Amino acid sequence: MIELKHVTRRFGNAVAVDNIDLTIETGEVCVLVGSSGCGKSTTLRMINRLLPRTDGEILVDGEDIGTMNPEQLRLNMGYVIQGTGLFPHWTVARNIAMVPQLLKWPRERIDARVHELMTLLDLDPSTHANKYPQQLSGGQAQRVGVARALAADPNILLMDEPFGALDAITRENLQLEMLRIQKQVRKTTVFVTHDIDEALKLATRIAVMDQGRIIQHDTPENILRRPATEFVENLVGKQDRGLKLMGLRTVRELMQAHPAPKRPEPGTEGLREEDSLRLALSVMLWQDTPQVPVFNSRGEETGVITRERIVREGA
Amino acid sequence: MRLWLPPVLLAVLLIGLSTGMPALEPLFHWIQPDKQQVIYERESFLFLLQNHVFLVIVSAAAGTLAAVAGGIFATRPSGRDFLPLVSQIASIGQTFPPVAVLALAVPVLGFGEAPILVALMLYGLLPILRNTLAGLESINPAVKEAARGMGMSPLQVLVRAELPLAGRVILAGIRTSVTINIATAAIGSTIGARTLGDPVIAGLVNGNTAYVLQGAILIGLLALTTDSLFEALERTWDRRFSPQVAG
Repeated sequence: MIELKHVTRRFGNAVAVDNIDLTIETGEVCVLVGSSGCGKSTTLRMINRLLPRTDGEILVDGEDIGTMNPEQLRLNMGYVIQGTGLFPHWTVARNIAMVPQLLKWPRERIDARVHELMTLLDLDPSTHANKYPQQLSGGQAQRVGVARALAADPNILLMDEPFGALDAITRENLQLEMLRIQKQVRKTTVFVTHDIDEALKLATRIAVMDQGRIIQHDTPENILRRPATEFVENLVGKQDRGLKLMGLRTVRELMQAHPAPKRPEPGTEGLREEDSLRLALSVMLWQDTPQVPVFNSRGEETGVITRERIVREGA
Repeated sequence: MRLWLPPVLLAVLLIGLSTGMPALEPLFHWIQPDKQQVIYERESFLFLLQNHVFLVIVSAAAGTLAAVAGGIFATRPSGRDFLPLVSQIASIGQTFPPVAVLALAVPVLGFGEAPILVALMLYGLLPILRNTLAGLESINPAVKEAARGMGMSPLQVLVRAELPLAGRVILAGIRTSVTINIATAAIGSTIGARTLGDPVIAGLVNGNTAYVLQGAILIGLLALTTDSLFEALERTWDRRFSPQVAG
């Protein structure tokens, strides 16, 4: 758990972060969202003490970070940044092994861990381990960046616009990847972004920041349904909210389940239970059908979802 | 291995010429027909070469140490305020003519090797310092940010990231500095240091072009040898630390 209490940061006379309180529960993904210069990155960089705070206190699992050795503190916090910051003169494997090496793990344990992480992040160890960062695509490099941050299995993950410089398709893939990994490893994550859609997709709770203050701290659904101020309302997109809400809910919630899963007829296309209602509606509009079958992860048909029900209850 | 072939060949040529200069007597007679003696014999060329190389190595080692240390200091958060000062000191070292340094140093240090060592060190400081600063400043800030954010101490960031990444540029600075100083060291002969400048000075005093030529050829050849040695070193560095350049 990370607690920020009355935290303030001034640069000269300018106030970058203005007396904020924020609690991030263990295992949740807290997304700090806001336009550039709103203080979200500053807030993140105070948590691992890359920036000193002017006032207030920050507690990690109840302990004041001001009393800890900054290097020790950071070794237990994965850190992912936009430019990746991979060492260009080290191979992918050595980059991932950075923190375990600093922690003086034995060689075999490091090798095993690097192999495990590359597999987790969908990088083939045999082809990529000995490459250099310049030989990777932007998406692959950021996967290595995430693997490096996870290497020593820290409790906390800090991510500063990690997918900001990637193209839309790569970004979407990495977001899905992150959701999948987060399900497996359950890290307490602080994620900074200016992209509200990214925030809605990844967050357990979102903290909307503006001019150094936290305007609203709530779940994605509540941010959409009950924006606290006009600023938040504009940020989430007034007109677009219905579809965004549908984007948060899964097909599983509104489908009519069959009494028992059944084998689908060969060749039928459908949706998966974890797809969003937004996607379901889009598919039905495109195919011009009133309903679509739903499959589970084993490929069995577990129910159907109708256009009528989505329109009636989706948002 | 082919990388090291040019410096080795040049070095063989240099040593061969230093020991076998008398064999070229007919050639120098043809250049300087009016003199009885056309081969410089007051000191063996090999000894002069040794001493010359020694002077350059000692001054380059001291200069590199001072310049790299200064460059590192001036790019640390605590030393940033001194950055302009450090650059200025190095620039002054370069603009001050080595001859003037000798003239000023002789009364303090006496004749011999010491004044020329000081002059060479000062004169060689700037290229190394300038390249150290350029190399350290050119590192992608994200690399340093990530290194610190992952829990490296400032010293670990310096040793594991900054110096290997800036090393190639620093090495290029040392190369420039050493090459310049091989030529500059020759003026040490005017104040009693034994260098390959001896035959040049003696030739100028006695109007013996053959002497001048012998000293000049050997100095030039030494500079070429050293330069190709650095070329090989830089290529080796690339293979080790910047694989994307070597391919």
